[in-house]
Amino acid sequence: MSVQHPLEHRHEAPGFWRKYLFSTDHKTIGIQYAITAMFFLLFGFALIMLIRWQLAYPGKPFPIPFLASLLGEARMVSGIMLPEFYNELGAMHGTIMIFLGVVPLAVGAFGNYVMPLQIGAPDMAFPRINMASYWAYFLGGIVMLGSFFVPGGAASSGWTSYPPLANIATQGQTFWLIGMVFLITSSLLGSINFIATIVQLRAKGLSFFRLPFFVWAQFVTAFLLLLAFPPLEAAGVLQLMDRLFGTSFFLPSGLVVGGKALEVSGGGNPLLWQHLFWFLAHPEVYVLILPAMGIVAEIIANNTRKPLWGYKPLVYSVLFLGFMSFIVWAHHMFITGMGTVMSTFFQATTMIISIPSVVILTSLIISLWGASIRYTVPMLFALAFLPMFGIGGLTGLPLGLASSDIHLHDTYYVIGHFHYVVAPGTLLALFAGVYYWFPKVTGRMMSEKLGKIHFWLSLIFINGVFLPMFFQGMAGVSRRLYDPTTYAYGKVVQPLNIVMSYSAWLLAVAQIFFLINLVYSIWKGEKASSDNPWDATTLEWATPTPPPHGNFLTPPEVYHGPYEYSVPGRKTDFLPQNQSE
Amino acid sequence: MMEIPYTVKPHPVTGVYNGKFGIWLFLASEVMLFGALFSAYVLLRVGADTWPRGSALLNVPLATLNTMLLITSSVTMVMSWASLKVNNFGKYRFYFASTIFLGLAFLVVKSFEYGAKFEHNHFPSTDTFYAIYFTLTGLHGLHVLGGILVNTYLLSTAKSMWNRDPEHMTNRIECAGLYWHFVDLVWIFLFPVLYLL
Repeated sequence: MSVQHPLEHRHEAPGFWRKYLFSTDHKTIGIQYAITAMFFLLFGFALIMLIRWQLAYPGKPFPIPFLASLLGEARMVSGIMLPEFYNELGAMHGTIMIFLGVVPLAVGAFGNYVMPLQIGAPDMAFPRINMASYWAYFLGGIVMLGSFFVPGGAASSGWTSYPPLANIATQGQTFWLIGMVFLITSSLLGSINFIATIVQLRAKGLSFFRLPFFVWAQFVTAFLLLLAFPPLEAAGVLQLMDRLFGTSFFLPSGLVVGGKALEVSGGGNPLLWQHLFWFLAHPEVYVLILPAMGIVAEIIANNTRKPLWGYKPLVYSVLFLGFMSFIVWAHHMFITGMGTVMSTFFQATTMIISIPSVVILTSLIISLWGASIRYTVPMLFALAFLPMFGIGGLTGLPLGLASSDIHLHDTYYVIGHFHYVVAPGTLLALFAGVYYWFPKVTGRMMSEKLGKIHFWLSLIFINGVFLPMFFQGMAGVSRRLYDPTTYAYGKVVQPLNIVMSYSAWLLAVAQIFFLINLVYSIWKGEKASSDNPWDATTLEWATPTPPPHGNFLTPPEVYHGPYEYSVPGRKTDFLPQNQSE
Repeated sequence: MMEIPYTVKPHPVTGVYNGKFGIWLFLASEVMLFGALFSAYVLLRVGADTWPRGSALLNVPLATLNTMLLITSSVTMVMSWASLKVNNFGKYRFYFASTIFLGLAFLVVKSFEYGAKFEHNHFPSTDTFYAIYFTLTGLHGLHVLGGILVNTYLLSTAKSMWNRDPEHMTNRIECAGLYWHFVDLVWIFLFPVLYLL
């Protein structure tokens, strides 16, 4: 390697390390994100499958003795899960699914791989920062996983880490905070890259209103990550100070723990954490859902073979949604006693933010009207997303109204609500995305047959897991209960827990079809008929397959909007964005 | 094979090169970070029964000196960038090194301040005022330190970069300057809030 003339040697073929591990190519980084995120999704799912045993058969020894002995006496005593371990599993399930699973897959993987292709860019604006973003995420994941092995176990104060509980929790909580700092750094680097890329690197002729809806969704998502995460970082710093340097930011005066007064200066405010946390965590909800909406919009336009109904309302809605998501956070805090004036304000903004969500869902449903739909595997998943997200969204309304929230707060109803948004909602959309873009990444199609089995089993069992939660919640079962039969009202709905647990385990079985399909199709799948096997219009299909370093052979030029399907008077039923006529 | 455009030359529509756009986005997130901490300060102070006057506990003359140091360093930062704009590499080096030096001087003064506090047994755990004081100034100090490290790296590679691609080099100093002015600005808020109010 020559040091004197670095410019001349820029185009050397990269070695193994640079190509696969420390790559700066957005496509490799996207795949790295995808693999890591899918691992964490499986891991987070495994944690909750353990919990599902305790919920279905509280106090009964675990049926797999080998696993119980592997986990050790500190976690399971003669096969019965300890409450402390139950709390660890619950807290880490939420943390891992959100921050290490869904967001990295939706944004880090799909955003990284697809967005630069869709805007006709050779790469991200800052390739090295992109790489740093992945490795910060990876380190954050290692810290989170490592926290299971520290004395006292992983964080166990819920994924929300509410103080004072989190302040006095075991060492795992410190790991959680440090892990979060890495993850926040990762998303900060990523979001700067996404916004700069979309603004600066669009192909010639690709005006903002010609952008595919997926790019819009990623654009707004990046702004949410950029501006909402720093307050959580601030909160994390304050909690670290509390835990490591003995400050009392979140500890009020006169706190008594276990019958003894806590020896701290006091004067802090636990509600401060909740405000800072939800200032991130509500926009985070939209970080989880917007990329999914983007994926679904792409697939619906492609498989209905007609333009999306209401492209501009969709775009304005997603912008409005992004803006509003910053002023609804305290609807998570109605019962904290923050006062009716505050509650009324946040109740009003919460009702307002439901309007753009409904506009988006309605536009996507009307797009189906009168179409001759191709029922491909990605389209099945995308179609299922619509009612699933619908249920998730509509069940949120009683939670957004302060008076009905008093009854439902912190019950399984809440769990059912947000899981419908994120699991049957976002996860199905992410599966749709995998099936849809797989031929671009590998040049091969995924098996239609296995895909359909995966789809139907997943759809049935995922509803089996989450639908009964609404009934349990309305019966009053609270969300973090170790033994759901503790209270009489819980016993009435206890049989539902058995249904839910079997659904969860069978849902896991259904994912085997997906994993086999994924791995098998990489090498043995049917070859894609062309670079554009779905006859799509957007730019990612105008590249060679798989796209080489630099993506496009010649700089693309854009002449149309993103969804010119079934244009009257044309031989083919699609008009790619880069085709002049 | 396509190259990433606008790494050095400005985009015709937005009028900025990628790096400058990126640094502005980064600063936006920094505003949210310090904004959240200032909000925490307001909430804690409003909720407290009593709150000490900063000037009674903290060393105002030293902080005034530090304010002067940082403002001067911002001026030398601009001068170093302006020197590159008129192709005067020697002057750039002088001003840029002065910026680093003034930043270091700020940290030295700050550490004396911290040392005096520790000597009198004033720690973050003493009360909420000291807690927020140490957190805010500590985080700001880390930002100053980060800026110094990056600036030192930029200075050490300046000559070869300047010979290879002067425009790119000038852009880098401009971005480093934007960050430095931001760190300066945070202090301009911290000083009255913590020491005077």
